[in-house]
Amino acid sequence: MGSLTRLKHTGGNIVRELIKNKILFLMLLPVILYFVIFNYAVMPGAYVAFVDYNLNKGIFGSNFIGMKNFEFLIQNGDLWNITKNTLLYNLVFLVLGNVIQIVFAIMLSEISGKWFKKVSQSVILLPNFISMVIVGVFAYNIFNFNSGFINTMFASAGLDRYEFYSDPGIWKYIIVAFKIWAGTGYGMIVYLATITGINHDLYEAAYMDGATTWQRIRYMTLPILKPTFILLLLFGMGGILKGSFDLFYNLIGTNSVLYPQTDIIDTYVFRSLVGQFNFSMGAAVGFYQSLFGLILVLVVNFIVRKVEPDSALF
Amino acid sequence: MENTTKQDSGSILIKGISYVCITVFALICVFPFALMISSSFMNEQEIVREGYKLLPKEFSFKAYEMLLSNSTQLVNAYQVTIFITVIGTVLGLFMMSMAGFVLNRKDFKYRNFFSFLIYFTTLFSGGLIPTYILMVKHLHLKDSLFAMILPAVVGAWSIFLMRNFMKAIPDSLYESATIDGAGDFHIYWRIFVPLAVPSLATIGLFSALGFWNEWYNGMLYMDTPAKYPLQYFLQRMVNQTNLGNLINSGAVINTADLPTQSIKMATAVLATGPIILLYPFVQRYFVTGLTIGAVKG
Repeated sequence: MGSLTRLKHTGGNIVRELIKNKILFLMLLPVILYFVIFNYAVMPGAYVAFVDYNLNKGIFGSNFIGMKNFEFLIQNGDLWNITKNTLLYNLVFLVLGNVIQIVFAIMLSEISGKWFKKVSQSVILLPNFISMVIVGVFAYNIFNFNSGFINTMFASAGLDRYEFYSDPGIWKYIIVAFKIWAGTGYGMIVYLATITGINHDLYEAAYMDGATTWQRIRYMTLPILKPTFILLLLFGMGGILKGSFDLFYNLIGTNSVLYPQTDIIDTYVFRSLVGQFNFSMGAAVGFYQSLFGLILVLVVNFIVRKVEPDSALF
Repeated sequence: MENTTKQDSGSILIKGISYVCITVFALICVFPFALMISSSFMNEQEIVREGYKLLPKEFSFKAYEMLLSNSTQLVNAYQVTIFITVIGTVLGLFMMSMAGFVLNRKDFKYRNFFSFLIYFTTLFSGGLIPTYILMVKHLHLKDSLFAMILPAVVGAWSIFLMRNFMKAIPDSLYESATIDGAGDFHIYWRIFVPLAVPSLATIGLFSALGFWNEWYNGMLYMDTPAKYPLQYFLQRMVNQTNLGNLINSGAVINTADLPTQSIKMATAVLATGPIILLYPFVQRYFVTGLTIGAVKG
């Protein structure tokens, strides 16, 4: 009885609130509708991972087969290979990427030439603006067998041409290089903003006390950047199963020779969709990725809250 | 005295290393662009014989002539990209700024609930395949230009960025407007939008760039080649071994002369072009936008 009146009471509150702030609700409505349709309505569709999908019967009409899709993925080794690749690539992107961004941010902050600073900053940020399709063109331009820049150099030096597009091993390095190439500008500016935010008097004081440039970087700048670095790293961990589909697809495309070393979860799911080789299996991988991602974010947030309560996301 | 000289040589060394490293990395950043541009002006025979080069022996405009004389598809692709960029950015900014405004209103009771509703979508998603089924089977967006606009029109982080920006606008401003009898939408449109221009510009630029570079949803959902966005058009061209469908079947072309390699690069140049031209103007906003974002965390 008590809970019923309370329920009625809250119901009344919502209605009263709706009437009072109807314009505000209306203004928020488009965005809420957007998320309900494009995000929440999609979530039950993850059920397709547990059925044997039949195009005519639809998701909920298809036969329920439980964990069979997952079992098959584990048995044929696909799940292990793409998980391992996704994790390792993202770990390298995250750690190496951030370290290089920090190094460049520090170097840029040490330079005094204003004009040089401006120009180099713009140039290094440039790769961040172009589509990954263009990056794919660049890769083709540089590594292709017949007319690629490197093979042109090899040929003119009297060396044999190298078939990059049939050597899976080398693409690990090419992918990492392009990722770092594309991401350094953005990260560098984020770190540079933190360095510029450091009180200049602190540096002055250190200088008066006879600190060398190296000592100043070692004992002042780096410790100040450390929390940002750790935080970015921790939050990056949450998304560690989400791949850079753009980059991988445009560099590798449908060249299956390279898959053992370059296939990630996102490219695998994509192929299951366009190739129709197994719709439900692709959905199973996608579901596993989302669920794993959610758990990782929760764990990481828990750790952040313990270490630095102010920086936790929720 | 000895200390100061040591200090100077150390700092000079670090400065020197910094200059060298930054210069080298900056060169690596422009190199592919330079190679792409110079290759687009190369003579086809030279490419076939010797490969892409930074300094071609002779300049040829043949690839561009070919592209422009068979330009229907390219023009279509430009139109599609411009359409989705303009509609997507304007629609997105309007929706996101209204949401940011409402979620920042302290007298709006359910703002935390709605904020979490939006935030949760960044944590968990249904995945690509259920999304595809929704778009195609339920929303019937296959081969519709809106399939390239809608999935990217709103971003959770951009809404929060917008909300944070509006936090900086003093509450007293809208309180006095309310006393003057202005409605909520009026307050948003007349007071908050003009004040939020820097944040609208930054988020708008990010969003416009995203639409300009769109190819993925084009690849997933577009069937009619006339509806391909620029970047997907480019991608198809690069992956194509013969450019048959680009060339009018009626035209008499000696296939040996056909600039297949340089034409790919010329298309890439044309797809990148507007960004390279806008870059110096746009870049400044991005840097300040990024810095604001970084400081606000």
